[in-house]
Amino acid sequence: MKEQKRSLLRNNAVQSLLASLLCILIGLLVGYIVLLLINPAGAGEAIVTIVKNFMTYSRRNAQLKYLGSTLVKTAPLLMCSLSVLFAYKVGLFNIGAAGQYVVGAGASLYCALAWGMPWYVCLLAAIVAGAALGAVSGLLKAYCNVNEVISCIMLNWISLYMVNTLLSLVKESASPYTLTLASTNPGAILPALPAFCMAWFSNNQYVTIAIPLSVLIAVAIWVLLEKTKLGYELKATGCNKFAAKYCGMRENKNLILTMAIAGALAGMGAAMLFLTGFEQWQCTQSSIPGMGFNGIAAAFLGGLNPLGTVLSSYFIQHITNGGAYVDKTMYSAQISDFISALIIYLCGFVLFFKFALNNWLDRRDEKRAKAAQAGASQEGGKAE
Amino acid sequence: MILLSQYTLIFASVLVLVALGGCFSEHSGVINIGLEGIMVMGALGGALMMKFLPDSTPAIAMILLVVLAAILLGMVYSLLLAVAAINFKADQTLVGTAMNLLGTAAATVFVKAMNTAESVDNVSSTIQYINAKKAFLVNIGGFEFNWFMLMALIALVAAYVVLYKTRFGLRLMACGEHPQAADSVGINVYKMRYAGVLISGMLGGLGGIVYITAGVSEWKFENGVAGFGFLALAVMIFGQWKPTRIALAALLFGFFRALGNVYTGFDFLKALELPSSVYNMLPYIISLVVLAFTSKKSRAPKAEGIPYDKGQR
Repeated sequence: MKEQKRSLLRNNAVQSLLASLLCILIGLLVGYIVLLLINPAGAGEAIVTIVKNFMTYSRRNAQLKYLGSTLVKTAPLLMCSLSVLFAYKVGLFNIGAAGQYVVGAGASLYCALAWGMPWYVCLLAAIVAGAALGAVSGLLKAYCNVNEVISCIMLNWISLYMVNTLLSLVKESASPYTLTLASTNPGAILPALPAFCMAWFSNNQYVTIAIPLSVLIAVAIWVLLEKTKLGYELKATGCNKFAAKYCGMRENKNLILTMAIAGALAGMGAAMLFLTGFEQWQCTQSSIPGMGFNGIAAAFLGGLNPLGTVLSSYFIQHITNGGAYVDKTMYSAQISDFISALIIYLCGFVLFFKFALNNWLDRRDEKRAKAAQAGASQEGGKAE
Repeated sequence: MILLSQYTLIFASVLVLVALGGCFSEHSGVINIGLEGIMVMGALGGALMMKFLPDSTPAIAMILLVVLAAILLGMVYSLLLAVAAINFKADQTLVGTAMNLLGTAAATVFVKAMNTAESVDNVSSTIQYINAKKAFLVNIGGFEFNWFMLMALIALVAAYVVLYKTRFGLRLMACGEHPQAADSVGINVYKMRYAGVLISGMLGGLGGIVYITAGVSEWKFENGVAGFGFLALAVMIFGQWKPTRIALAALLFGFFRALGNVYTGFDFLKALELPSSVYNMLPYIISLVVLAFTSKKSRAPKAEGIPYDKGQR
């Protein structure tokens, strides 16, 4: 009998891609409906603005420049989503990426502004701070059985208030924002890309090595998870802690290590944004930056694949930036947050979608097989 | 001192209500991380009702309508969790997280749209309810009694009776411990889980409106409810999923939260000259420490978080 050709739809990657596209489509559609409800007059234009983002500029130079700005913020988002993804692969829900991002920002900015450290030290400080915070959640989970979601949320708020207090020491006297890197310590700014790349982005000075670096790290995470012994052990611990222990893996060490790595990723992400000088920290902010939470959206939208997250992070950041361009007299920029939250919600249905799709394919194949059989027996009848 | 006990009681009321909501949902077998989002929605419903009811509305009607709006919106919003978690077997943590983000984003979009529709210059996400709020307060010798405190007490007693003394409550808890066994004796697990999630939506929504009327008379919806839903979850875990213990835990947490509001009134606390952020952090730090000591022997419902699959043994 001939090997049956497997339908393209059976491919797991294709299914993930389809599911993500469906989530995006439904998310945008519902966003459009909400815009329509708010004010029918500008809804179509607004949703197009969100999707177009920097393309709203007509000049090519400006377009590329603002593409650069979107990429600048994509790098930290990618790091946060890698952080969420990495923990999730090991069976932990790292909602604390937001807090780890906050301490990363605090550590890198404090090193840069108070102590005048060069950029690589600041970057390292952010990684260490994030890892330490992640490890706290891991420790609590491993030795005290504290649900990591709850402990992460608590740590998010604790770190927000701590960082606010810490960075108040290096803020501008007249405003709630921290001092700019350019005026205080230019050595802490991440190095720019080679000249020809910079020219391509119309010399957008915030475009730094952070962007290619984050993509490299995505690849590294993929290799770590799929091709190394450590990655295998971590995933095994995530699947079944007790089975992993039985096989001689040190499950508690693995848990803590996972959270530390996840924390390091998120912390590094913060440094990748704040060390470009693109943004200053606002020392009076009373809500946790959304970057870590958007990371959750990007991780799941990317089908929990490090390389998929590169695309999905870009998409999430693209519409978030696009939201800033909507007509403020009618709509608010938060419509993008709304759409990305909706997309996360829809990602919850991905498992069911795959299940239903496979079911449908099974039934179709069965029907085809039956038809083929019937056809064969008929032909057999004629030949006789 | 009066002020401190007043704030402690009102924050404890919020925590009791929301934690009981979480308790019902988890006893039925569904983890409700989305309580935060449900609170925001409830708060939005109540705040809108307060904004649009004329100030001349009698106090009783005002209270009833506001509570009703909060409960209704909370329940409708919790349906999002129920449908995804029960019918579509979605990852409950993921859906809950999405609901938290969605709640804040949706409320912000809505309130901003409403404000800008009223006047183009107003792009804030704030709703004011200074006059309407007075309906809830009764001044007893300097102590501002809030009707919500009574409601929290009633909810507490009702929750205890429903969970332990009625057929419904015992069946609900069976669905969270061993749904297959419950099904085998003719209990409809899906229905019970829907009931659990809807009750948590009701209590969560009510908790939301209590929270935003505690101490302030306007609310900026961009801030959501500042992690209070998660504090309530910590209260629930500390309370070992038992209503009476939840009440005690809520009082403890409420006290530390209240300190943040009124610490300037105490000379010895003021003398310490700690930055205000220390007091802001306090409830979260305390809950983390408390959880570290109590989670080891946690008595969580056994089947919580696992989607019910009829075919599974």
